[in-house]
Amino acid sequence: MSVLPGAAAIAGIGATEFSKDSGRSELRLACEAVLAAVTDAGLQPSDVDGMVTFTADTSAEIHIARNLGLGELTFFSRVGHGGGAACATVQQAAMAVATGVADVVVCYRAFNERSGTRYGLGQADRPMDVSADRAAYSWMTPSGLATPAQWVAMFARRYMHEYGATSEDFGRIAVVDRRRAATNPAAWFYGRPITLEDHQASRWIAEPLRLLDCCQESDGGQALVVVSAERARDLPHPPALIWGAAQGSGNDQHMMTSYYRSEITGIPEMGLVGRQLYAQSRLTPADVQAAVLYDHFTPLVLPQLEELGFCARGEAKDFVADGNLELGGRLPFNTHGGQLGEAYLHGMNGIAEGVRLVRGTSVNQPGDVHNVLVTAGTGVPTSGLVLGADM
Amino acid sequence: MTDYETRLQSWAGRELMAPRFGQDAVNVPMIRHWVEAMADDNPVYLDEEAARASGRDGIVAPASMMQGWTMRGYAASVRPAPEPASEPSAADELNGLLAEGGYTSVVATDSEFEFHRELVPGDRVSVEETVESISPEKKTALGAGRFISTVRTYRDANGEVVATQRWRTLRFRPKEKPEPKALRPRPAINQDNAFWFDAAREHRLVIQRCAECKSLRHPPGPCCPQCGSFEWDTVEASGEGHVHTYVVNHHPRHPAFEYPLVVAVIELAEGTRLIANMTGVAPADVEIGMPVVVDWIDPDPDLSLPAFRPAEKKGA
Repeated sequence: MSVLPGAAAIAGIGATEFSKDSGRSELRLACEAVLAAVTDAGLQPSDVDGMVTFTADTSAEIHIARNLGLGELTFFSRVGHGGGAACATVQQAAMAVATGVADVVVCYRAFNERSGTRYGLGQADRPMDVSADRAAYSWMTPSGLATPAQWVAMFARRYMHEYGATSEDFGRIAVVDRRRAATNPAAWFYGRPITLEDHQASRWIAEPLRLLDCCQESDGGQALVVVSAERARDLPHPPALIWGAAQGSGNDQHMMTSYYRSEITGIPEMGLVGRQLYAQSRLTPADVQAAVLYDHFTPLVLPQLEELGFCARGEAKDFVADGNLELGGRLPFNTHGGQLGEAYLHGMNGIAEGVRLVRGTSVNQPGDVHNVLVTAGTGVPTSGLVLGADM
Repeated sequence: MTDYETRLQSWAGRELMAPRFGQDAVNVPMIRHWVEAMADDNPVYLDEEAARASGRDGIVAPASMMQGWTMRGYAASVRPAPEPASEPSAADELNGLLAEGGYTSVVATDSEFEFHRELVPGDRVSVEETVESISPEKKTALGAGRFISTVRTYRDANGEVVATQRWRTLRFRPKEKPEPKALRPRPAINQDNAFWFDAAREHRLVIQRCAECKSLRHPPGPCCPQCGSFEWDTVEASGEGHVHTYVVNHHPRHPAFEYPLVVAVIELAEGTRLIANMTGVAPADVEIGMPVVVDWIDPDPDLSLPAFRPAEKKGA
């Protein structure tokens, strides 16, 4: 079997505060998050020799290395496709550690996504070039289909049509997220839970998506420190071992608009990630006690539950309605409040919550968590992790 | 008559400007500058002999300099004197009243002079101005406004009238300039997709076809995913299909579109799908599976896109 499972662990997590207007540069947010993660791991900045971030990040590793005095780096890499990159940064770090090309790799993501460039405003007014990436938008923006909410709404409508899901079924995801955020002091929506009635009363953004189906936009930074499992055992926190780390790009993959597959109610790239995670970790869905699932928009949480084997296809609405995602349920979900409730950090804050769940330090810690499944962005080439406690 | 109209009309016959003498007497150097600038070579303005030969006593000032002799000079136009603390002038008062009606812009429309005698060097000239009439509101190309007619009387040092001027301005409410219509987001045209948008400009819906294995594909690309061939041509679509899924966009709003905006994924009869707007159907009436036919839209001169409208029911 692969050398990857169990070879590396997340030993440190660190973040800035999550806000709507940080008042600081994106580079500074990145530096603060990286330093906090290195400190949390009980390491020195000079111990870091590898860095991984998103192609979407504006702060290259050299700027952070120079500012924090990290010194020499032997491994640096970036992953594309927006929020789909989140868990893949940890996969790259784990592979680097497992193969010995680096010893201490920091994964990071920091942005002023709310006070600066807001992704939610869409692509309609972005600068023009004729690259393949830009040309892909030619099939949608001239018709006014230009924002992530609109792209997701197209899948959601078809999912409702085929499986009888309703707006309330999407709303239940938002309610769980906001309920967890309400008791998380780090969450933007701390102390502000919502009801299903609130969700149903919220205005249309892109039918069938309402305002409360759409995650907030945030400023902030999050970093994670990956080291070998062996080294992690000597560091202050219980290691969050990386039992599975996978990427997936499906057949006929597009960015957010894979509408040309025969079926568009599933997320085949997430199914691909899930199959790898279970194979690597030798676990089954029954062995997973908690999940942090990417929730930029509520409708795509449902097919994730199906693709990852927590319920059968088309049955996620019942799985959710039956309370399985609650703290005492079958699969406690987004215990930090998710991106809807805590912050939109391109999924990186969800990985940090996965680490806390393994450590047993989540503010909403369910009992008896050994393995946590974490996913990255949906609708895009994506990634996932299985994090687990030391044996 | 409204109160505003009454207040405006009360200005008819009122003095707008009390008599005021020009800064300099009529003089040869200023005449010389004027005729040089105007390229007016009539000798009676500078040549005493020629002037006398024309029956005059000596040189005269060009008639069209009349207004110039009473102007307040360059300095006054760029460095207006600080407003005296006393009450505002009549002109200020009328301007305020016009601004109250929204007539904040001004353009001169007519100037008719009647000359009583020619000015000669040494004349001192004064001017005074009286409101003659204020028209009802008129619609003009510039905007709704009122024509203000005044009479300016020019006198010499003895108070004798040397000229009168009927001066008319249009005081108008500037039209709201319509914002230029926002264009839809441009497609990024490159070597792989230009053929499709070129065909669309001719209202032809085409589908890329592999020249080797004949499979159809959309969105287009340089290589066939079925057989790997880079050779391709196109077929013209029947224009028939059905709604595979759709959204109704509300926020954020792009100025080129009207909301709520329907965008659908249409599955064509040929089997490929494309993203398009819908026409001829209210957002609430769109349904998955609805049969549709192509209906071209031309949002601006450089962009034509296929849209789809509900197909006529068979036999209806």
